[in-house]
Amino acid sequence: MSQEILKVEKLHVKVQDKEILKGLDLEIGEGETHVIMGPNGAGKSTLGNTLMGKSEYEVTSGSVTFFGENLLEMATDERARKGLFMSFQNPIEVPGVRLSEFIRNSCEALGNRMSLWNFKKAAAEQMKVLNMDPGYLDRELNVGFSGGEKKKAEILQLLMMKPKLAILDETDSGLDVDAVRTVSEGVKAYQEQVGGSLLIITHSTRILDALNVDRVHVIADGHVVAEGDRFLVDEINESGFEKYLKA
Amino acid sequence: MSEEKTIVDDINRSVYDVIDKEDNATRLEEGLNEDIIRRISEEKDDPDWMREFRLNCLKIYKELKVPQWGPGIDGLDMDHISTYVRPNTRMQTSWDDVPEDIKNTFERLGIPQAERASLAGVGAQYDSELVYHNVMKEVEEQGVVYTDFESALKGEYSDMVREHFMKLLVPTDHKFNALHGAVWSGGSFVYVPKGVKVSIPLQSYFRLNAKGAGQFEHTLIIVDEGADLHFIEGCSAPKYNVANLHSGCVELFVSKNARLRYSTIENWSKNMYNLNSKRAIVEENARMEWVSGSFGSHTSYLYPSTILKGDNSTMEYTGITFAGEGQNLDTGMKVMHVGKNTSSVVNTKSIAKSGGVSTTRTSVQVMPGAKGAKSVVSCESLMVDNISRSDTIPVMDIRTDDADIGHEASIGSIPDDAVFYLMSRGMTEEDARALIVSGFADNVSRELPMEYAAEMNNLIRLEMKGSIG
Repeated sequence: MSQEILKVEKLHVKVQDKEILKGLDLEIGEGETHVIMGPNGAGKSTLGNTLMGKSEYEVTSGSVTFFGENLLEMATDERARKGLFMSFQNPIEVPGVRLSEFIRNSCEALGNRMSLWNFKKAAAEQMKVLNMDPGYLDRELNVGFSGGEKKKAEILQLLMMKPKLAILDETDSGLDVDAVRTVSEGVKAYQEQVGGSLLIITHSTRILDALNVDRVHVIADGHVVAEGDRFLVDEINESGFEKYLKA
Repeated sequence: MSEEKTIVDDINRSVYDVIDKEDNATRLEEGLNEDIIRRISEEKDDPDWMREFRLNCLKIYKELKVPQWGPGIDGLDMDHISTYVRPNTRMQTSWDDVPEDIKNTFERLGIPQAERASLAGVGAQYDSELVYHNVMKEVEEQGVVYTDFESALKGEYSDMVREHFMKLLVPTDHKFNALHGAVWSGGSFVYVPKGVKVSIPLQSYFRLNAKGAGQFEHTLIIVDEGADLHFIEGCSAPKYNVANLHSGCVELFVSKNARLRYSTIENWSKNMYNLNSKRAIVEENARMEWVSGSFGSHTSYLYPSTILKGDNSTMEYTGITFAGEGQNLDTGMKVMHVGKNTSSVVNTKSIAKSGGVSTTRTSVQVMPGAKGAKSVVSCESLMVDNISRSDTIPVMDIRTDDADIGHEASIGSIPDDAVFYLMSRGMTEEDARALIVSGFADNVSRELPMEYAAEMNNLIRLEMKGSIG
């Protein structure tokens, strides 16, 4: 395994007094792509939100280190500045804030200050990959975006912000075949351009078709119940999660 | 034009708070009586009719009661307000001739820079009188008149001025109109002749430096048939620990087929009582546009009003009010539909923070003859914390069946999810909240020229600083 950047050990997380994660373990190495699969309610999104530091997710025990540092002690913005990113399952609408303004401010917060000219040039290039009209930059952040447009905008942020580890939380859910393919192209571009690590949370698998996958983790009832290489994906596609639920 | 250009870059409040040493030619003693009015009149060398007008206004002022329906103004004692402070200079047409400290003040506020970059003419008032006035030659050659009020009162346009002065905002309307009529000084007169379209804006900037003083400028704009004008006013003052008073009057006449846009960024210091009156009358097929940003003052009463007199006349009002700690800002607008097929569109936004109080009053009146009138009013409020207060008070008085009237109001807070989303991209909580609030104000900043939009966003950022915890 290449150099480890994320290490989750025996993580227990409560949301509104209900325990969702019950001793989850996970290790991700530099440049690796990991997939988290599992039935609804298994705790997949809880994992993503906990790693990003959302306040409702209360860690009761266990540890998370990111590049050897205690991630759980960091505020969300600090985590982002350390190189963590999450593509949101339901990207938030922020009226009046332009997509361009949002991404440019974010890049600046992450230490990459660009002139407007350079920003527009870089964004236009990445938008080509995602088959997005540059006009989207002037639209209000996620306001009136279709499901597919929101997810493309998330992947555009991924490509512009170039994190070291990107969590994709159900980025493919609710998208039609073409949109999934486009988003998948974007993720592939991230792998190629940035060489960063990925934690892809999904319960469908089409987004994985074009991607290199190093490791698949099946989680059920708050912990990892099976692990394997990408063939595990095919197996789940065929027989579903049933056997893990009984386990 | 590059979006990056800002006239007022990385602003901070200290820019507004610099206090110049008072070096006045004249400062009348505090208070209000016939003797003081006569002396203002004498100082200004008023025509007889104006002196009589002032004295009559003083009588009306004494008869009228302080309004009881709005924020309290007990902290304002007219016996402690000096109504006339003439700076130690006459009006100049070159910045080089303006006294150094006054010039520096306007430099800090970015006025000469803005004039060079994007304005067709500038008037700069310091305390009670204008210290600078200049218009681009090309605009002057189009026949546009933009001058200080005193000159207008005596020059070629004196009859026009007399015909319009305080005819829209009559002294009997309310106590502070009467006060204004009695003690007014400074301000601008603009006349745009028939068919003339002024392609870049004119601007007046009002700076009140004198402690415990009042500023009572009068702005009169007449846009003749088919003409087009954008006028911008800005205001600021350094902060004192005694009350200052601003009670200006703005009267706008928009003739047939003409268009007038009137934009304001008001940033008075937080010891200011801003009791301001603005009214426009709009003739057939003409259009009035208001853009209004209210950030400063201790207490404001501000409700620009529009009379849609002519058939097919239209009005659009876009305004934002930001009430922070210790501020009680009572703002809004009024529109009266008189002509047929008139329409008004109103969008107000208000932000309350750190115990600030923001009240939005809107009044839509549709007269019996205003068949086919349309009005859409939308008022949105944002509460930044749970110790502030925001109220929306709409009034509708519809006297015809044939009208289409809508009103929407909403109130919200900064969603935690949005803050989390922005923070997940590396922004600090403070920056995230400031960006969300700027977004809330976006529809107003989009209506402003770029430099002013940048200034407004900077003001919002400034107000949002230290709002965490």
